[in-house]
Amino acid sequence: MLRWLALFILIALPTWAEEVVLGLSQDEVAITTSFDGSEILIFGAVKREAPIPEGELGVIVTIAGPPEPVTVRRKERRFGIWVNTDAVEFDGAPSYYAVASSAPLEEVLGIRENLEHRVSVTSKLNAVGAPNSVLDASSYVAALIRINTAAETYQLLEGQVVVDEDTLFRTRIRLPAALTEGAYETRIFLTRDAEVVASYETTIDVRKVGLERWLFVLSRENPFWYGLMSLAIAIAAGWTASAAFSLLRN
Amino acid sequence: MQIYLPIAEVSVNAFLLLGLGGMVGILSGMFGVGGGFLMTPLLFFIGIPPAVAVATEANQIVASSFSGVLAHLRRKTVDLRMGTVLLIGGLIGAALGVLIFNYLKSLGQVDLLVRLCYVVFLGVIGALMFVESLNAIRKTAKGSAMPTRKKHGMIHKLPFKMRFRVSGLYISVIPPLLVGLSVGILAAIMGVGGGFIMVPAMIYLLGMPTKVVVGTSLFQIIFVTAFTTMLHATTNFTVDVVLAVLLLVGGVIGAQIGTRIGVRMKAEQLRILLALMVLVVCGKLAFDLLVMPSELYSVGAVGGH
Repeated sequence: MLRWLALFILIALPTWAEEVVLGLSQDEVAITTSFDGSEILIFGAVKREAPIPEGELGVIVTIAGPPEPVTVRRKERRFGIWVNTDAVEFDGAPSYYAVASSAPLEEVLGIRENLEHRVSVTSKLNAVGAPNSVLDASSYVAALIRINTAAETYQLLEGQVVVDEDTLFRTRIRLPAALTEGAYETRIFLTRDAEVVASYETTIDVRKVGLERWLFVLSRENPFWYGLMSLAIAIAAGWTASAAFSLLRN
Repeated sequence: MQIYLPIAEVSVNAFLLLGLGGMVGILSGMFGVGGGFLMTPLLFFIGIPPAVAVATEANQIVASSFSGVLAHLRRKTVDLRMGTVLLIGGLIGAALGVLIFNYLKSLGQVDLLVRLCYVVFLGVIGALMFVESLNAIRKTAKGSAMPTRKKHGMIHKLPFKMRFRVSGLYISVIPPLLVGLSVGILAAIMGVGGGFIMVPAMIYLLGMPTKVVVGTSLFQIIFVTAFTTMLHATTNFTVDVVLAVLLLVGGVIGAQIGTRIGVRMKAEQLRILLALMVLVVCGKLAFDLLVMPSELYSVGAVGGH
């Protein structure tokens, strides 16, 4: 079916040199009470008028969650106990970042291109608040990536984009359960011999719905009433359970 | 069954939360401690962000203590007058504690200080209670008389005396006020109800009978933690009501069971068990501070801890 869809797009639309046509299995992720992560299927086609050009084709797909400032702290042994000593602040570390590519990243994307388009996760991270006492800011970057990778919030999916006949591509990217709300910037890069020849951008909207949304909004906009409500619910539940228990006993 | 928590923004197993709530609830009912000193580290362990864990825990303690205090009120084992005096001290202390907490936060070392507070207080109190209850048990085993009533020392020379009928005491209001105050400060800094400090303070410093101590401390804890919950909800937006409800559904049932177990047990046995538990938690925290962590780096929100 994908193939037919792509073919239809190829015939129907006018083209320049090479272009990306994209489809998403969903462009909205609704966080409900039972939300346990989500998997997004990203598929598309390379649209072209001329015959297939020279050079190795590469496809890179990135999804980035809303950026947020974070602090990375390092522990050191002081007086026999492990204490946070130095800290480095990152201005806008993406709360989620996945890179999927059709081959190892260095093969499909040149170093300069990587910096220009900020594709690899390292190029997305800006250390801003490194004090003079920190000489090795790069180890903090590595730590941030290591911790987030372990939590599945940073993913490097090399070779996970499947390319068929230099035209069709598809990949699956998993969004973990611990997601921040916001617009998830989704980018597709088409490369020939490690140089970007075309790109495409869209967003996936991640948002809480229903009860989740209502509670979240209430806690931010009416924190006093939210607090009182939380206490009331807690006390009511405590009283009900207590009453029910003594009824059971009699 | 996975459930997504709206404020914590993580997905966790609902039955795990119910189980944790129930387990801590039983302890809460048995010993008259809020259980925060156990629950808060457990919540960190299952991946709840620390700020949310501390704030939500305060909310959960309100509920589990509420059901516990009702059980104690029915048995008339709450000294309301003493509870009110302790509470006045506690509220002042909590407000002071929040101020101290924010000051430490601006220094950037609040995490360490909270842990050190835990280790020091749990260690000292656990050891004292353990030794004291062992001695008590040994005495009863030998068949000698029960320990003598408290000696009349400094504490009885202070002014503003008040009669606490339920506790059978006629003492100055200054010691209970100070106990409430210091527990309030510690509770706000350490993010717990403070029962594990207050219970021994009431027994050893004020000389209250053990049976009354549990209900009275629960009574005081309800109001102090409710106050803390409101502070967190309005300043940090970190109270997760869904998490709190799951914990407390397990917690209230556990507390009821725990209260019944507690009534059947001897005071000395109860105390020695609580002492052992306090020492275990203290040992674990001290171990974490002393042993090289597997990950030297930690990631946190800017300005948070």
